[in-house]
Order: sequence, then C-alpha cells, then structure tokens
Amino acid sequence: MQYAAPTTVDEACSLLADNPGSRVFAGATDLVPQMRSGRSEPSAMVDLKRIDRLTSVSHADGQWTVGAATPASDLTHNAEFVGMYPGISEGAGLIGSDQIQNRSSLGGNLCNGSPAADSVPAMIASGARAVIAGAGGQRTVSVADVVTGPGRTSLADGEFIVEFEIDDAPISTGDAYLRMTPRTEMDIAVVGAAVRLTMDGDTVSSASVVLGAVAPTAVRVPDAEAALVGSRLDDETLAAVAAAASAACNPIDDKRGTVEYRTQVAGVLAKRAVVIAAERAQKEPDLHVTNTHQLHRQRRADRLLVGRLHVAARCVAR
Amino acid sequence: MTATENPTNYKWIGTRPIRHDGFDKVVGKARFAADLNLPGQLHGSIVRSPHAHAKVVSIDTSAAEAMPGVKAVVTGDDFPALDPTHPNFDTAVNCMARGEVFYNGHAIAAVTATTREEAKAAAAAIEVEYELLPAILSIADSMAEGAPLANSNNYTRFVPPGDPSNLATVTNLDRGDVDQAMADADVVVEMGFDCAHVHQGYIEPHACVVDSGDGKANVWCSSQGHFRVRSMTADVLGVENSKVKVTPAEIGGGFGGKTTIYLEPIAAKLSEKSGRPVKLVMSREEVLRASGPAPSAELRIKVGATNDGELTAIDGWMAYGVGAFGDMAGLIGAMSVASYKFPNLRMETYTALTNTPKSAAYRAPSAPHAAWAIESVVDEIASELGMDPIDLRLKNAAVEGDLTAMGMPHPKVGLVECLEAMKASGHYQSEPVEGASRGMAVGFWFNIGEESSATVNLNEDGTANVITGSPDIGGSRASMALMAAETLGIDVYSITPIVADTESVGFTDVTEGSRATFATGKAVVEACEDLIGQLKARAATIMGVEVDEVAWVDGAAVSPGHGGGESGEPLTLAQITAQAKRTGGPLTATASLNAAGAGPSFAVHCADLKVDEETGETEIVRYTAVQDAGTAIHPSYVEGQMQGGSVQGIGWALNEEYIYDANGAMENASFLDYRIPVASDLPLIETIIVEVPNPAHPYGVRGVGETGIVPPMATIGNAIKAATGVRMTSLPMSPPKVLKKLNER
Repeated sequence: MQYAAPTTVDEACSLLADNPGSRVFAGATDLVPQMRSGRSEPSAMVDLKRIDRLTSVSHADGQWTVGAATPASDLTHNAEFVGMYPGISEGAGLIGSDQIQNRSSLGGNLCNGSPAADSVPAMIASGARAVIAGAGGQRTVSVADVVTGPGRTSLADGEFIVEFEIDDAPISTGDAYLRMTPRTEMDIAVVGAAVRLTMDGDTVSSASVVLGAVAPTAVRVPDAEAALVGSRLDDETLAAVAAAASAACNPIDDKRGTVEYRTQVAGVLAKRAVVIAAERAQKEPDLHVTNTHQLHRQRRADRLLVGRLHVAARCVAR
Repeated sequence: MTATENPTNYKWIGTRPIRHDGFDKVVGKARFAADLNLPGQLHGSIVRSPHAHAKVVSIDTSAAEAMPGVKAVVTGDDFPALDPTHPNFDTAVNCMARGEVFYNGHAIAAVTATTREEAKAAAAAIEVEYELLPAILSIADSMAEGAPLANSNNYTRFVPPGDPSNLATVTNLDRGDVDQAMADADVVVEMGFDCAHVHQGYIEPHACVVDSGDGKANVWCSSQGHFRVRSMTADVLGVENSKVKVTPAEIGGGFGGKTTIYLEPIAAKLSEKSGRPVKLVMSREEVLRASGPAPSAELRIKVGATNDGELTAIDGWMAYGVGAFGDMAGLIGAMSVASYKFPNLRMETYTALTNTPKSAAYRAPSAPHAAWAIESVVDEIASELGMDPIDLRLKNAAVEGDLTAMGMPHPKVGLVECLEAMKASGHYQSEPVEGASRGMAVGFWFNIGEESSATVNLNEDGTANVITGSPDIGGSRASMALMAAETLGIDVYSITPIVADTESVGFTDVTEGSRATFATGKAVVEACEDLIGQLKARAATIMGVEVDEVAWVDGAAVSPGHGGGESGEPLTLAQITAQAKRTGGPLTATASLNAAGAGPSFAVHCADLKVDEETGETEIVRYTAVQDAGTAIHPSYVEGQMQGGSVQGIGWALNEEYIYDANGAMENASFLDYRIPVASDLPLIETIIVEVPNPAHPYGVRGVGETGIVPPMATIGNAIKAATGVRMTSLPMSPPKVLKKLNER
C-alpha cells in the first residue's frame, strides 16, 4: 500500500486520478479503524493535511472558510469561531476524545457518511457549503447534499472536500447541538439534534432543525421549523417541535439504540436544543463561548480536583 | 499468630509506600505479555467460527499452507482427544474446536507465518465447511422442555449419571419452613430479574509467546496464575506438567478472566510444528467474542418480613447462563446468599448451557447477579415498612455463627461494622444534592485460601528478596513487601518483591478468590518468621550467648548479655547478614501452605444519582463504598480495589451488555459499543475501610478484591427507584430500558 502526502490541491487531484482505489484522509480516525477491521483496503492513502488550504481557518468578508482537514480542536479552541457557531463547535467537540479531536476533521466526519456524525447536523443547520475538488475542477454544494446514505456520499471517485464556507450568522442568531449517548464521552450519537434560531426580540424569525442518527442521513425537520418561525417559544411550540422531530425520524434498531427510543428522544433533544439556541441568540456573541465541550471539560476537571482533595485529606488523616 | 486488635501499633502495615513495580509502569518499562519478542519469532492468527453451533464437516488448510510466509497450520486434530471426564476436557475443546463449534468466535484452526499480515491472510484462506445445528441463545431456550442440546458432552453434575443435558447443575438449598414463614409474614415481596452477559473488560488482551524447542514448551504470558497455565496447557497438549514452563509477564487486568487459558496450547503446537517461537495476540474483538464473559442470569426472589423488620424467609429461583460448557455458576449464586440471618431459606438454582462464549470467573463470580435481585427486594421491603434501609439491614445482618445459605456458620465478619460505618458517614448523614436520590445495598464474598509458597532470601547488605508465585493484579507485591518489612523489622524499600516463574518458586494457586494477600501473604510472614529464628541463632553465635537469650526487636537481635545497656546492644539484620559467611552461610527460608480461614468480606455501597426522565439517562453524583478489609496492609490498594469493583459494577449496572444478533453473533464486540464507563461518567468513588481483623491471618487480612463489585447494581437500582418510583428489574439499566419503564409508569 502506498502513502502520499501532496502539498497542493492539484497534486492531490492527479494522485487520486492516477490511483484508482485510493482513499484520502485527514485525521484517519475513521479510516485506520476501518482498515484494521478489514472494512477498507485502500490501494493508496492520500494524506490531505500537508495542503495548507485544507488546514486553514479564515474569517473575511462575512464568511468563514474552514479547511476540510482542520483538526476539530483548532475549531473548538478558536474563541471567535466558537462565539459565532457554538453549535458547530459542540458537534466537533464531541467526536471521540481530546486526542481524537487533535486529528479528526469536519471534512472527514462528513465524508465518512455516518448518519450519527456529530459535526454534521449543526453545519447543515447553519447552511454550510462544501467546496469540492476533483480532476474536473471545483464545485460548491450544500453540506446537506454531500451524504446520500450510510457510508455513501455524492462525491465522485477522485473528488474530495477542500474547505467549508459558512456565512456569518445574522445578528441575534444562536445555534446548539445536543446528542444522546449512554456514556458522557467516547461514544457514538444515538440521537443528535442541531437547532439554529434567529430571533427578533422574543419572536423567532428564522429556524432550522436538523437531526442526526435517526435516519440514513442527517435530516431537516421542516415541520419543526415552521412551528418555530413566528413563535415566542411557548410550551405549545416546544411540544410541536418535539412532535415534528419524532415524526421526522426513520431510524433503525441496532446495538446503539432502538427505533422507539431514538424516536422519542429526538423530540426531547430537539426541544432542548431550541431552548439553548434561543438563549444564545438573545445574548451578546461573546457570551456564547461556554459550550458543552467546555462544560464536559470543566466537569472532568472538577472531579479530578475533588478526587485530589479527598486523597490529600485521607493522607493527612492517616 | 493471632490478629492484633490494635493495628495502629504497626510500623509498616497500614502505610502507603510507592509500589515497588510502580516506576517501571509509569515510565513504560514494564513488560506485558505482548511486549516480549524472541529471535526468529513467528506470528499466529486464529480462525474462528462464524456460527453459534455447528458441526464441522471439513477443514481445508491446503491453500493457506501454500501462502507466502506460512510455517505451520494447526486444527483440533493436532491435539490429543482427552477423556470427557478429564477436568480440562472443556478447556481443551474451548481452546480449539474438534468436529463441532459451540459459539460464534470458537477457535477452529490457527496458522503461523513470518508476519502478522501473512498469518491473517492465511487464516482467511482456511476453508471450513459447517453444518448448522440448532443454537441455544438464552436461558429460557436452554431450559425449555425438549430443547435441543447446546453441547451433547454435558451431563448434570452431582446427580446419578443420566442423559446429556443443557443443565450443568441443578441444586436445592433448604432450611426451615419457607412456605409457613411466607404465610405468616406481614410483608411479602416477590420480583423477577434478569442480567445480560458482561465482560471483565481488562485493558490488556490475551497474549503469549511460546517457544516449544528442546521438547519443552516455554510460555511467556500474562495470567492470574501461571501454575494453572502450566497445568492446563500441559493437559491440552497431552504432556507432563514438567514439560511446560510458564514465565509470568506483567498483567494488564484480569478480574477473574485470566484464570483460564485460550492461546497457550495453540501457540505451543504452532511452535512445535514450525520449530520457531510463536506469538499470539488477541484483538479486542477476539477478546469479547472468545474469552469469558460473566454468566447471564434469570432470577426470581421472594422475601417475607414481619412488621418490625425481621426478615423471616427467602425463597429464590436462580438460573445462570454460562455458555456451552458447564460450571457451577448457579450453585455459587445460591451460596453467595449470606448477608442476612433468614431463619427459613429455599434456593433452587440452575446452571444452563447456551451457545455463547464460555463464561469465566468475574470478580465474586455469580454473587453480583444474586445480590442485585435480593438487595432490590430487601429495598422494597424497607420502603413498604417505612424503615431506613440501613436500619432494616442492621436488624438482620449476619454475625459470627449465623448460617450462610449453604448452612455453614460465618466466622468473625464485619457486616454490622460496615453498615454502622456507612450510617455514620458524611455521605449518609447529608441530604442528596438538589434533584438527586439515594440508594444503598450490601455485598458479600467468601474469599478463599488455597496453596501458596514464598521464599525469602536475605542479601549480604541486609536487604531481602521476597519471591512468590502470585501474579500481582492489584498491588500484592507492595503488600508482600509491607508484611515482610513489618515481620523482619526492616525498611519496606529494602525489600524486592518478585513474582517468579513456575521453575523458580514453589507451587502457588491462581490469584483469584481475593487470596493473594491473605494466603501468599501468610506464607511470606511464615518464611520471615523462620528467618527471624535463623537470625537469632546467628546473632547468638556472634554475641556468644544462648539462642533463647536473644530476642528480635525492631529489626535487630538483642540480648541482655551482649554489649552495654539494660537490654543489650542491638545487632541489626544487616550486621548479621554481613557476617553470614562466617556464621553458617546464606540466610534463606521458604514457607508453603494450604491456607484455611480466608475471612469473608462484606461491603456496603451508597449512591446518589439523578435520572433524566425524558431520556432515561442516569448520572451518579456521589458514591461511597464501605468494605471490611480485615486489616488494610496497603490502604491505597485496598481503596483501589473498592473503587475498581464499584466502577465495574456501575458499568454492569448501567450500560454493559453483550448484544447478540438472532444467530448468536455478538454485535458490539468493541470498546466503542461495549460500553464500559469512562472517567467522566463517574464521580469520585469515596471509600471507607472498615477493619475487623481476620483471626486466621497473622496480620488480620481479609481478601478485598472481589466484594466491591457485588453491591453496585442494586445500589443504583434502589436509587433509581427512589428517584423515579420505577423498579428496574433488567440489567443493564440503560437509558432505553429506563425510559421504557418510565413511559409505562
């Protein structure tokens, strides 16, 4: 098996065109386990992380451009990005462990094609676009149009995602991503829910609701969005969001969750994500920074500290 | 020596020195089984059954044998056929199938090649033709009238010989008049429970390197007992024990799961056929599919009580699902019923065969299942009576002389002391935090003694090597060093504790049954006492006094007739060893024993938790474990055992389970989907060590390794009941199951 590390997009395109059966990778956090278990046997591995454009993050002219191979931790530690897109950051910050996030990328998370990919629903909710390169040149598609089914994408052989474009969030906009996993970390979403809301005072002026892990691909929930727009997020609206989210589910029974459970919890998470997104929309942007990733981190740090204090107390007592 | 009632008099015991093996582990120098490599070594790969139960029609290895790098292939035909009554018959068949596979993952052939990749490719080229047989996948199917046999070699034990059966044991324990007592009871609670298969979850996969050159199998592996690896491997190979030598590697967790063998005879045979050392390492998937989980179980428990809280009767039905090879899981489940006086008791138990991986011991085997059911029912009784759950248990707690379910009287035990310690704890004395609810439960485990040997060699510089045959799975080397330091009266860091191979130390049973610090520790103390006798004799020679005029005080010989002062001038251990050559040669002592009197250990756990009633998620916010250690030789490792047992029990309670498809293939054979808890799932496990010394150990030790896994399931189930009003009766209490129960409320 060959390994190649091109330094330009064009070089990568020709390598892929010349090596049928090759696979691109960024962090390889999905690819290596697939190869170890025999599910993937690429003829060549093309490392995209040496291409500057693939690992750059920039913010200019009302738009973020995020290299598709950028490590998730670069985003979750970017205060400006986290401030504007706490929901996308939450998704990226829930993939695997801290070590995994130093490797894993939005591009890889998307192209792996898992319905449970944590960073995808919030990207779709924010209208992110993917810039795709291939032998035939570049094209830009909505992130929502990339994954076509479990493990399948609309990318042609030899194509890969170069970067994501995400327009600046309008004023008074907030997003949020929640997932249900039996464990707090190191787990795969049983249900994921991303919500983005733009508020006009107390009233929702625009909404998008996207669910993960409850259908062959991430799914938008137009009925929930319709219920939200024009509402003041009263209990009735939240109940309608939950009902619409549950109705939008088309999940499977598997080792990670049952149809019944996924359907019910999708409604719960959608409703809760609405509440968080609305709070964020109504706050100043720099208050967005506390995301669940940081909360998890804080919770862990608190526990470690408490543990050390207890040990210290016992040693003294002894 | 009887137990000292005042442990604070000890100089070393009860202190927390840095473990002797700690540095190597911290810097990565410690060598685990898969870290060893020998010159010329080959790599092996195993072919495993994709079916839960099938006849093997044919195995074609010709394509594999012709592949690049391949040096040898073995199948069941390469091993001798043991008599079905041989104690290791099942182990042999489990290591390598012969003519029939009994579970998905069962080894059917193996290949060795120059590289691991070549071995894997060749394994994939071995063609096996199967004829499917009916697969038994649940206890209910196994026990159903007219059920097909999971393994036609199985006969019910302890009964007159009959036809092959799916039941390995059928036992009844009975005392008093249960029916009358239930009729007389003011309160009766009866409930049914079930538990899924769970794995021990050791981080280090099974691995070994075997060199079968010069007519002897030299085995390097990690296990809980290399003498058992020796005897089992020898039996499976059909050779004398002396034709197998086993050198223990550091072990990365066992929890009972490494008390048996899987790979060693296969590697030995591959090595014999290829003439080269062979290394076999299981993948995580292989560990989960083909090494022992704990049994599944179905239980029904009925308890009767009086209005003032006396538990008058228990009526139990327990069935354990152990895979396709018989053991005594059901009987042991009943035997573990020992926490309360119960004047009237009936336990009907079954050990049922299923076409799932052969179960292996897992920390207090069979007891967690039984305690989960009984402690849940006792909790219901406490709420019906409006009694504090600790007060109810204190009223009924077993004390010395009370009978276990087996009818054996308890020796001195510390259940009352543990309950009182929990009741007085800061945790129990404070209210749960806002939104949290509390549950508690009790656990019991027997502990065992068995055979141990220890050799203690004193060096010229006054240091000592303490050599045992007990693999150190929980800090036992540090404990051996502490007991030797205390007995000899020398610094704990002047002692080097060593776990030696099967040819360098006397026979020692497996590190299981929480026995190492108890039984092997006792051998160490006896060897040290022997040495003190020798040291006093040498000192008498040097001092020119009679030996009975010499006393051993604080690491030195003293005699009133020697030197100045009232009690004489001390002659230290180092001064005596420095003159060993002049006074009779090296100072060394060996002790071996078959230890009796392993003291049972009780534990009491308490959890505060929150349940998200919309998602069924449980968050444990506070957890305290109390346990009787007899005497805590090294309190940090006692606490580590208590915390480790609690954490494994919490995983078992909340998320761990084998998920099989309709054909008996495990669907979640990875640590991603077999969900052991991660650090952020857990609060600090607070620990309170209770010390009720065991009279049968010189320093009062009780085994502490296992009891900690017994109470968590009921502790959590009882707290979930307090939080939601819903009684969970199926393990794991995973979010989907909890939510379903909440929906039905």
